[in-house]
Amino acid sequence: MTDLKAQIIEQLNLQEVTPESIGDDQPLFSKEGLGLDSIDALELIVLLKQHYNISITNPEEGPKIFQSVRTMAEYITANQTVKA
Amino acid sequence: MNSELAYITGSVVIAEHQVLKNGELLWEQDRNADLNAFLRAAYDQFSGHYPKFHKMDALSKLGWLAAEVLLKDIDNSAFQPEETGLLLSNRSSSLDTDVKYFETVKEFASPALFVYTLPNIVMGEISIRHGFKGENTFFVSERFDAELMSAYATQLLATTPLKRCLCGWVEVMDQQYETAMFLVSNEPTAQPLTAGNLNAIYQIK
Amino acid sequence: MSEKVWIAGGGVISGIGLNLRACLQSFRDNQPGMTAMKYLSSVHHATFPVAEVKADNATLAEMAGMPEEISRTALLSMIAAREAWESSGLGDISRYRVGFVSGNTVGGMDKTEDFFAGYLKAPNGGRLRQVVHHECGSITELVADMLGIRHHIATISTACSSGANALMYGSRLIRSNQLDVVIAGGTDSLTRFTLNGFNTLMILDQEACRPFDETRVGLNLGEGAGYVVMVSDSLAAQVQPWCRLSGFANANDAYHQTASSPDGIGNYLAMKGALDRSGLQPQQIGYINLHGTGTQNNDVAEGTAISKLFAPTYPLMSSTKSFTGHTLGASGGIEAVFSALSVKEGIVYPNARFQHQMKELPFAPETEWSEGHDLQHVMSNSFGFGGNCSSLIFSKV
Repeated sequence: MTDLKAQIIEQLNLQEVTPESIGDDQPLFSKEGLGLDSIDALELIVLLKQHYNISITNPEEGPKIFQSVRTMAEYITANQTVKA
Repeated sequence: MNSELAYITGSVVIAEHQVLKNGELLWEQDRNADLNAFLRAAYDQFSGHYPKFHKMDALSKLGWLAAEVLLKDIDNSAFQPEETGLLLSNRSSSLDTDVKYFETVKEFASPALFVYTLPNIVMGEISIRHGFKGENTFFVSERFDAELMSAYATQLLATTPLKRCLCGWVEVMDQQYETAMFLVSNEPTAQPLTAGNLNAIYQIK
Repeated sequence: MSEKVWIAGGGVISGIGLNLRACLQSFRDNQPGMTAMKYLSSVHHATFPVAEVKADNATLAEMAGMPEEISRTALLSMIAAREAWESSGLGDISRYRVGFVSGNTVGGMDKTEDFFAGYLKAPNGGRLRQVVHHECGSITELVADMLGIRHHIATISTACSSGANALMYGSRLIRSNQLDVVIAGGTDSLTRFTLNGFNTLMILDQEACRPFDETRVGLNLGEGAGYVVMVSDSLAAQVQPWCRLSGFANANDAYHQTASSPDGIGNYLAMKGALDRSGLQPQQIGYINLHGTGTQNNDVAEGTAISKLFAPTYPLMSSTKSFTGHTLGASGGIEAVFSALSVKEGIVYPNARFQHQMKELPFAPETEWSEGHDLQHVMSNSFGFGGNCSSLIFSKV
């Protein structure tokens, strides 16, 4: 999950955040969490495609998958076939 | 139109890696620094604690920083959100970011870059930061048009609910950039809002 | 100083017609303009329907009287602006103090893409001449030159409200007696750039869009141009004006770069501001030409703002983007012409493919073409990225 955190930070250009500061279960989108927005969600979809060759075509699926780093990692494990 | 009705309350010029407020040099950086590095250093110098800054394109960063410096120490609470407007202009529209987005399309098109491929997004960023909900217009013109800026801002202040307006020029193309941003209002100052006064400030650099 | 600003004519070219009358016929015949891509070449041609102007560049160049290698954005602009001018009956343009205010977002991007295609194949192979007119401002200059307009030329680029903001600026040029006539509106051509971009935002519908329908999933892009001719009191006395531009306002939503705030505060402030400026009460509006893109986010924000402002009685409403697609910087201009004509001829346009009531809203759009309405005041909404929200009101002469 540390790798994934680093990838999220890079993809979303979170310059003032370190991987250690993101909790595995911290909400990514609420204000108490990382405070990401709808464009960040689209960038996370790009990240999944780019690093894990996973395609999400329905943006409605985003909120469920991107609740936290843990839910994202679980989704990747469940859906990854070939590494890009 | 009576151009004596509006006045320049403050100005910020950012060019050649220098930041000037009301004609005085506040801060400068090595002129050979890359634009993005300069913008980041300026952010650290004048702001901080606004992580969304790092996601902006160069045009938005530049305009956002100019507004940040211009509005520092000014009490916004005396104005309703609808009473502050924005009137900006430039030459290259969002071309700098258009080209960068175009380059990402070959592999993984970036949604975060695409949202900045419009020149008026910088006005959205400034409005979000300061909670301004007044009228916005963005003109694309060959050069800084002080006549247009002074005449139109004066008319806006005289005929709309706006009490203040941020107006000026925000231009970025590759490493070439410059911004001159003015806060104008009906509150009398020593500097009436005239094309001559705007040009004098714009040409400081 | 002109007390009022009058609409003396209008012209439109869009995916449903090469001129205004042809567009009206398509509304009457319930023939929306979305089809498979024919003129734009894109990897997405089989995926996303678009509302292209149904003519190639050679045909448009001939209509415009301009060289074929000029950007399609300029060709569309020229055709609609000339139609607008001719419809005004004002005659020789050199007799007046005339301005041309045009909004656009893509500029000459279509030609820039062709340049890049050549450039990527062979670094010396691209034709540099194609990028000369890339900037949004060049398009306006080209067309103003062709029309013989010299007094004032301005380009506005505020995303999807560009065309509407052009009318606001033009109106003020007349009010302050800087000009007697302003041709104002917007133009944009379809490009791979915008298609790819809206695709990355995941807001394109793979079928024909369904504005204000509960099942809507996104918008269709379109292209075109639309301009009105605005004149002062003294010139209005010499022609038969369609209607007046009686009110307008712009506000910033100050919420997000692209998304509307859930309660549509910017939309609300724009509509409210336009009503205040025209001195009207909400119930005096007979018809609203909605921004109505067909995205989840826009329609619920716009609808919520309308509910707040107009409850409990609602004007007739429809989104003509269900026919023309979303023409971006042109849409405010095109819909201004439709709205001005709506006042003049009592027309209410249909909202195609509406079937399912949105659960958040207490009203539904009109689905049929109808005419003969007594419309005293018509509102046209145009909301853009960057939170830029505009609302115009056209009133009976």
